[in-house]
Amino acid sequence: MAAGGSGMSTLALPQPVLASIEGAIEFIFTPQSSSVTGGKKVGGLEQVIELTVNQLEVTFLALALALFVALPIGLYLGHRGAGELLAIGLGNAGRAIPELALIAFMAAAIGVGLLNVTIALAVLGIPPILTNAFVGIRQVDRGAVDAARGMGMSEFEILRRVEMPLAVPTLMTGIRGATINILATATIAPLAGVLTLGDFIINRNVYGDDGVLAGAILVALLALVLEFALAGLQRLLTSKGLKLSPA
Amino acid sequence: MRTTSKRARGAISVLLALFLSIGVAACGSDDDDDQTTSGEGGGAIVSNPENGKVTLTVGSKNFTEQIVLGEVYAQALEAAGYKVDKRLNLGSETVARQAVKSDQISGYPEYVSTALTSFFEVEPEEVPADATEAYEEAKADFEKEDLTAFPPTPFASANAVGTLKKTAEERDLKTVSDLEGQSEEMTLYGSPECRQRIDCLAGLEELYGLKFKKFVPVDIGLRYTVLDNGQADLSILFTTDPQLSAQADKYVILEDDKEVFPAGNVIWVTTPEVVEEAGPDYEKTIVQVQEGLTLKVMQELGARVELEKEPAAKVAGEYLESAGYTG
Amino acid sequence: MISAALAAPLAAVGEVGEGFFKERTSETLPCQAQEERLFCFDWAKDNIGEYWTPAVQHVELVAISVIVGFAIAFVLALLAHRRRWLQPPLLAATGVLYTIPSIAFFFLLLPITGFGRDSAVIALSAYTLQIIYRNMIAGLANVPSSVKDAARGMGLTDRQILWKIEVPLATPEIVAGLRIATVSTVALATLAVFISAGGLGKPIYEFINFKTNIIIAGGLAILIAIAFDAILFGLQRLATPWRRAAAE
Repeated sequence: MAAGGSGMSTLALPQPVLASIEGAIEFIFTPQSSSVTGGKKVGGLEQVIELTVNQLEVTFLALALALFVALPIGLYLGHRGAGELLAIGLGNAGRAIPELALIAFMAAAIGVGLLNVTIALAVLGIPPILTNAFVGIRQVDRGAVDAARGMGMSEFEILRRVEMPLAVPTLMTGIRGATINILATATIAPLAGVLTLGDFIINRNVYGDDGVLAGAILVALLALVLEFALAGLQRLLTSKGLKLSPA
Repeated sequence: MRTTSKRARGAISVLLALFLSIGVAACGSDDDDDQTTSGEGGGAIVSNPENGKVTLTVGSKNFTEQIVLGEVYAQALEAAGYKVDKRLNLGSETVARQAVKSDQISGYPEYVSTALTSFFEVEPEEVPADATEAYEEAKADFEKEDLTAFPPTPFASANAVGTLKKTAEERDLKTVSDLEGQSEEMTLYGSPECRQRIDCLAGLEELYGLKFKKFVPVDIGLRYTVLDNGQADLSILFTTDPQLSAQADKYVILEDDKEVFPAGNVIWVTTPEVVEEAGPDYEKTIVQVQEGLTLKVMQELGARVELEKEPAAKVAGEYLESAGYTG
Repeated sequence: MISAALAAPLAAVGEVGEGFFKERTSETLPCQAQEERLFCFDWAKDNIGEYWTPAVQHVELVAISVIVGFAIAFVLALLAHRRRWLQPPLLAATGVLYTIPSIAFFFLLLPITGFGRDSAVIALSAYTLQIIYRNMIAGLANVPSSVKDAARGMGLTDRQILWKIEVPLATPEIVAGLRIATVSTVALATLAVFISAGGLGKPIYEFINFKTNIIIAGGLAILIAIAFDAILFGLQRLATPWRRAAAE
């Protein structure tokens, strides 16, 4: 096995911080012939947009897959009140999945490319969605459920019209967490052939220090914007009644 | 552990005796140290206590062959009495060069061809075929940047376009030029920096005039994996890869008929300041220990690390012992 | 034929001898050389020692990061517990730090703290802040006011109430947050290899095509997460004997 050095010493770059930021901003907007690439231009708005689109694409594909798998199971188990161990345990276990190992294993086992990365990222997204769907439904006031049952609603109707709307806050929290985690891991997807903004960060040899910092800034901004958007979405979906009552 | 055969040991002893005697005679009076000489002209590396005052940081690039080389040099320098830190697996050539320039590492092994084509913008066909000539040219170019380079290793390595043997047979591919007309429907996988390098994708596009269906950048460590799982039609390999000899029935490389992928021997790149600080044993040890690195030896070492997945440090140690440098 | 700049053969001093070389063919390759194999037990047995140093680095990284994160979050929560107006901004601030992907965080720190463990610890502890802070605020808020009133009635000062009543009663929530934060940090610390801080991500990244290696390193990370989780759970049980007695 390739044994490397320990590399524990802190090696600060010689440039002052402000100059680094300047360089990074420039990288984002203008394609430049970085000192490292010897001619071929890197960076620039076009490439930034392309990689951002890639990252969002793989994130939403993975989220969709995760929702497709986890949502029905979580809602069903929650409605029935069964499988608590599985639902909660999966949530805890999912947190322990080492991101790098997951991407690397999928790349080595299944292969590189969009499909495989999507599957790997969906695996990350399933636990929080499943758990929160389960918990969200479970915590719905039993009285409301019983009343609905008494009114003659079918089980499915109860789920759809009573439990789910009340479970939205918890469910959305889970979806938000899953999305951000997937987006964050999509940053290292370039290791498996899917070029996201992480390419700027991971491949310092191609993009140079400006590219690395630019990539870091862009990824951070993307995550914050997405989180903001999802929070807004959650507010929209949460019914008025829930919003008024204390959480 | 490989032990040398009796006959080989006998031969080595004779050679050792021969060289030592010549060395001692030719040297005359040595300069400062009356303690020990550092084995002029081959043989065991002798530890010089004077070197203990100097700490050297050995760097390497980010693939197996480089890491093995880094280990070999690091252990050899340790045997010569230096204090050695290792910072292997740094990144590609641009990262490594920057590391030397900014004194983060003392030196690292670079390929003459990579230096010339990537750093000094020499066209691939202008890279001298003769190793010594190429070395001199690279050394002169490095000197303009306040860097220096030690003499080259016996073995040389080059990039190569590789594929599965059955793919080559199906499509009747023997040389890279054979890809003309077919490459549009084939995917090529290579390292991320391959896109910018003239002895890689850039050269294939500009000098061979090939267009590929898709170029996918992946980690160098996956270059055979992507061929195996059928995702890559073509992959950028290295001519010194152990897989090419151990699994010759599976993988094949296409001949570089337009000479876009020049082979390069390995030279140790460092700074004059470090050379001065470290004393004569620095260059002596490096040149001495690399003399045994023939193509066959490098492939064997590479096989142990990449195929048998043994730790690079252990493999380097085995080489040093078997070649009589240590132990 | 390879386009080869063949060296004028340099005198091969330091010859290794014929016994050094091994014949290898596709049929004779050991398990670990065959790309398709999922797990090679023999290799794992022989080489498990190689994972010791990365595993220790990993544990150190996580421990330091969580301790630092806990310390900061603890102080923030204590500050905000009494000063309601602080809570939204602190929640937002820790939320931002939580949302920023760790690997981006590492490299945002690069111009300031460079490569190495410092950057890794800063980024990883920043990630833990929100969950620990939020749980602690919630835990402190959940202490029944009747208990606090009774304590006040007994003559305890605010400070004494905080340390003798509120914090101990909030312990389960605090530890719950700590457990979540720790397990997440163990998983994230595999990315520390990108900032040259070692950890189990290092062997993964160095032999990224070797499934046995990934399984071992990833498996060790998961085991470390479980171990941390169990330890913290045990600590919680020790620290809250009254909950055990109450057989919740």
